[in-house]
Amino acid sequence: MLYSKEEILETIKMINLENLDIRTITLGISLLDCIDADPQNAVAKVKEKIQRTASGLLPSARHLERKYGIPIVNLRISLTPLSAIIAAPVRGMNQAEALTFCDDFAGELDRACQEMGVDLVGGYSALVHIGLTFAEEVLIHSLPAVLSSTSALCASIQVATTVSGINMDAVRTMGEIVKQISERTEKGSGCARLVVLCNAPENIPFMAGAFHGFGNPETVINIGISGPGVIKSALQSQRGLPLQDLAQEIKRRAFKITRVGELIGREMAEALHTRLGAVDLSLAPTFKVGDSVAEILEAMGIEKVGAPGSTAALALLTNAVKMGGAMATSAVGGYSGAFIPVSEDVGMVAAAASGALSLEKLEAMTSVCSVGLDMVAIPGDTTAETIAGLIADEMAIGVMNNKATGARLIPVPGARAGERVEFGGLFGSTVVMPVNPFSSRDFIRRGGTFPPPIHSIRN
Amino acid sequence: MKDKELAIITVMGRDRPGLVAGISRVLADHQVNIEDISQTILQEMFSMILIVDISACQTSFEALQEALAQEGNSLGVKVLMQHKKIFDFMHRI
Repeated sequence: MLYSKEEILETIKMINLENLDIRTITLGISLLDCIDADPQNAVAKVKEKIQRTASGLLPSARHLERKYGIPIVNLRISLTPLSAIIAAPVRGMNQAEALTFCDDFAGELDRACQEMGVDLVGGYSALVHIGLTFAEEVLIHSLPAVLSSTSALCASIQVATTVSGINMDAVRTMGEIVKQISERTEKGSGCARLVVLCNAPENIPFMAGAFHGFGNPETVINIGISGPGVIKSALQSQRGLPLQDLAQEIKRRAFKITRVGELIGREMAEALHTRLGAVDLSLAPTFKVGDSVAEILEAMGIEKVGAPGSTAALALLTNAVKMGGAMATSAVGGYSGAFIPVSEDVGMVAAAASGALSLEKLEAMTSVCSVGLDMVAIPGDTTAETIAGLIADEMAIGVMNNKATGARLIPVPGARAGERVEFGGLFGSTVVMPVNPFSSRDFIRRGGTFPPPIHSIRN
Repeated sequence: MKDKELAIITVMGRDRPGLVAGISRVLADHQVNIEDISQTILQEMFSMILIVDISACQTSFEALQEALAQEGNSLGVKVLMQHKKIFDFMHRI
């Protein structure tokens, strides 16, 4: 036979029993040619370009799903950071007029993308790691209104890079903005569509951080894969195996998972007459048993995630996934690590609910994976300064370790630590995690710039 | 002669008389040639794997999948058909 029975059945088993899927096909679209000082023209140009460019996304994805028998869970669009597109139209407007324009623009975008069968659209973004332009300031302050009136639009704000350090004024502002969004959306769920980023890659397929960076061509296809279940099942039958052999098994599986991403990416790019930009190697969990990164760590021998050894186990996993995945694609990109979004991973939620996993341990774990304090529900009475403190810690991990990090924190109005909260869909369901009650208010209020580390000066 | 275009069909469920005949008939009706066939047990379930050439198939890939799924329904088995390329990508370097 062309393939052994074992090979064919391994593929069938991965897809049908171990939840292997393509998490997302994300079409990046440049909007730089849509810049127009006339507000109405700008909106019309952006809508027209998205509709023209992305019309083939849904039918092509459905065809590939059938052809290869692999589920494609989400279709997404990532756009040029919108702050660059709104800069010309908001010029000369006062802040109130500019905010109204942003709200209308975002609403039009949200509707246009949903009408095309797109699940999420990223790029309501600004890169403010050094400082803010007027348009960026407007975009950031529009977030509470925009995220409470849209449902597919995702926002990301980069406030730090290793080269520039951390814009601590922006961090403080984002603490306040997160708080405002939470108060304006049910269960604070609007915060699930906003991430504060450090060292953001320009080709992320995952939300909320996806935007079409300025180094990109006109359009590009970025792929997010899944497959925690495939890794977990490989490890379950390997009790007592030394770690180097465990790593080898993870590499072997990660290679195969990533190959599927490479195949779908290449074919999708061909169908849409564009190119494959990046395959993100990250194993993305979904909120169901058997599709959890936490369960992988538990299969490795950690009783509950958060127990001593969790950071080491996660580091081993992330490293092996990268080694196996990098061999499988010519286009490694995005975050490429392992995700531990709390509310989107049943094992993470169970660990948080049982008290095994604290916010502090979670933060330590984010130093060895992607992408940070992700989908973490916190008590509704957490102050803006404390939220800013959590963001600052995560940014510092990214800046000092030269890696991408993010904070997607969800203060749940009225909720106290230990309460359950349901966000629905891919955003999952979680337990509110307790936050250290001591304050960093005076540190946050200093503002200014957190200087870049000495190892950023490499020339 | 057209180049071959191969797909893998996997039939899973309970073994019963007429299974091979039923699937083969659908394939023949669509001018799909069976290149190879084998049977095995996957997690206590019967499974049959067919490698087929769909280059002369008169209908779309999706329509053939649909016809196979319908035949599978009446035989009480699950029938999957996937283009060969996914196996190349996953199992061949």
